[in-house]
Amino acid sequence: MTIWIIEEKCDGCQRCIRVCPYDGIEMKGGIASITERCTSCGACIEACKKNHAIESDIEPRPVPDFSDRQGVWVFAEQNQGKLARVSLELLGKAQELAEDLGQEVSALVCGKDVSHLVQTLHDHGAKSVYLIEDDALENFRTIAYANVIEDLVLTHKPNILLMGATGLGRDLAPRVSRRVGTGLTADCTQIVIDPEEKLMYQTRPAFGGNVMATIACRYTRPQMATVRPGVMEAQPCKIENTKIIRPEVSLKEPDIRTRILEKILEKKPGTDISEASVVVAGGRGVNGEKGFAMLREFADLLGGELACTRLIMEQGILPHDVQVGQTGKTIRPEIYIACGISGAVQHTAGMMGSRYIIAINNDPLAPIFKLANWGIVGDVHEIVPEFIKQLSSGGAS
Amino acid sequence: MNIIVLVKQVPNTTHIKLDPKTGNLIREGLESIMNPDDLHALEAGIRIKEETGARVTAVSMGPPQAVDVLTQAMGMGADKAILLSDRAFSGADTWATSYTLSKAIEKIKDYDLVLCGYQAIDGDTAQIGPQIADWLDIAQATYVRDIESLNKNKAEIIVKRRLEDGFERVACKMPVLLTIISELNNPRYPHMGQLISACEQKAPIQVWNAADIGVKTIEVGLEGSNTHVIKTFTPNFKRQNELLEGSTKEVVSDLISRLKKSDTSISHRL
Repeated sequence: MTIWIIEEKCDGCQRCIRVCPYDGIEMKGGIASITERCTSCGACIEACKKNHAIESDIEPRPVPDFSDRQGVWVFAEQNQGKLARVSLELLGKAQELAEDLGQEVSALVCGKDVSHLVQTLHDHGAKSVYLIEDDALENFRTIAYANVIEDLVLTHKPNILLMGATGLGRDLAPRVSRRVGTGLTADCTQIVIDPEEKLMYQTRPAFGGNVMATIACRYTRPQMATVRPGVMEAQPCKIENTKIIRPEVSLKEPDIRTRILEKILEKKPGTDISEASVVVAGGRGVNGEKGFAMLREFADLLGGELACTRLIMEQGILPHDVQVGQTGKTIRPEIYIACGISGAVQHTAGMMGSRYIIAINNDPLAPIFKLANWGIVGDVHEIVPEFIKQLSSGGAS
Repeated sequence: MNIIVLVKQVPNTTHIKLDPKTGNLIREGLESIMNPDDLHALEAGIRIKEETGARVTAVSMGPPQAVDVLTQAMGMGADKAILLSDRAFSGADTWATSYTLSKAIEKIKDYDLVLCGYQAIDGDTAQIGPQIADWLDIAQATYVRDIESLNKNKAEIIVKRRLEDGFERVACKMPVLLTIISELNNPRYPHMGQLISACEQKAPIQVWNAADIGVKTIEVGLEGSNTHVIKTFTPNFKRQNELLEGSTKEVVSDLISRLKKSDTSISHRL
């Protein structure tokens, strides 16, 4: 399995270099040259159609017939009988995908006493709801949930299965994908159906959001993806002839192999930054606890929540659940106010989907200004108090 | 007791630079490090070794230069290290990667605990751990922030898992795969003496290829993958990037009036 370049035919156009996902080609003396990073994926061969300067001995892998794989499924995540918001967001996306494919949307919900969630799922686009209730499913446990979903997928053969990229989804989805023998793309920010092949094109950030990669699962089904909360939009709708399916389950406690001894809540309710319409975030340029107390006041005046960068979390000033970025949360509030944040990609990966971005920073060259709708160059500790003053006295004249 | 720790060599993405003209990633001079969460997994394994006398085997899959992270692992206290390296492994998605690693773990045999970081900073998928647990058909616990107790006789380990709204205490049947988050511990620095021995000829670092772990080349690497990259591109975000000018008082009132006029839910509240 190799790829080689026919040097006489290469005109040095560098098209192959631009399409190579692995940095596997470089220019040497004006012509392309394959490096050791090459994985023989063949993307360059496509790009070099004009000159036919790239050849390989890769045999194309046959695409199986998947015409019996029908339906766009959403795993509806619930906790203590409450639906995770991302489940409804996924149903919104599933409606679009199903329409493009001419297929139907189904939701599956697992738990104990969760039948009250069915109507909400119907009202957000699920024509069919697979309702799986069992004592063993009361609290999420990976193997119990994976066993149930595996049975459903193998029996009903969906085309697509979407899950939230939540703590639960990121624990469960890989296990399910392995179990049913298919690929999985994590943390997608964009999902569309390719009009030609009718494949699900899944786009996700890589290298901390520096590069976006579009990924397809061509040879196996279902096509599985997890999607971060806040990325898609819920779309309430009216559906007729809805269906509820209650599959049989036979879970044996010893097979599940984990027992939950207790759950301890650590967070005050109502501070979920991914639900807030306004988020005030602070970074390195904010002066410790005192500075963040000031930002908290600012956020309160706007009816928003306080968030931070990784550094602030690591300094112990704010907890992990309000950290925004690659290793924290992805949020897309209506208004994101970045205070003293330079705008490293690790952070911006988590907030660039915000509707309006406002940046306050004393360094006019900070990359955050390139992302912002509006920027103010100045010291956070002068600007924010002025905001607080004007907002509390009834705003601008 | 035997512990296997999975470690990955990754580019240090906290120092990533973009080409200002093309917007592409500049890979030259990008430092390679052990994936940060894997360091915590390794530290966890070594602490259990210190308490119970367990043996720690570090395993990595990667190009020949990934031997560096295994040397580091030995320097920190791993007893043995195995590098899975074969051109056939390259271009693997998480399906093919987890398959390759699980075949190596099966070859090592008699393991009680498999530890890895909960995700790698170059891919952030967090998929490898759970997928390996499923290939091996063993229990898993992800986002582990504390290992409370380990009962070898009962083959049970009790851990604390981080949840979005707190944490849960879970008892897991061994063997079990744990994915570790940084809250668990503070990794030690490699011990100089151990590091030097790890660099010697007789150091117990083995290199296994596809044949060694009994996989066919069509089952691994790009060929064995279920997902494929169609294209990559640099994200483009269009915003007006307007810098507001004037005195502090002026810019603040300017911004507030813009927000008032904006089509957001808070405009009427200001």
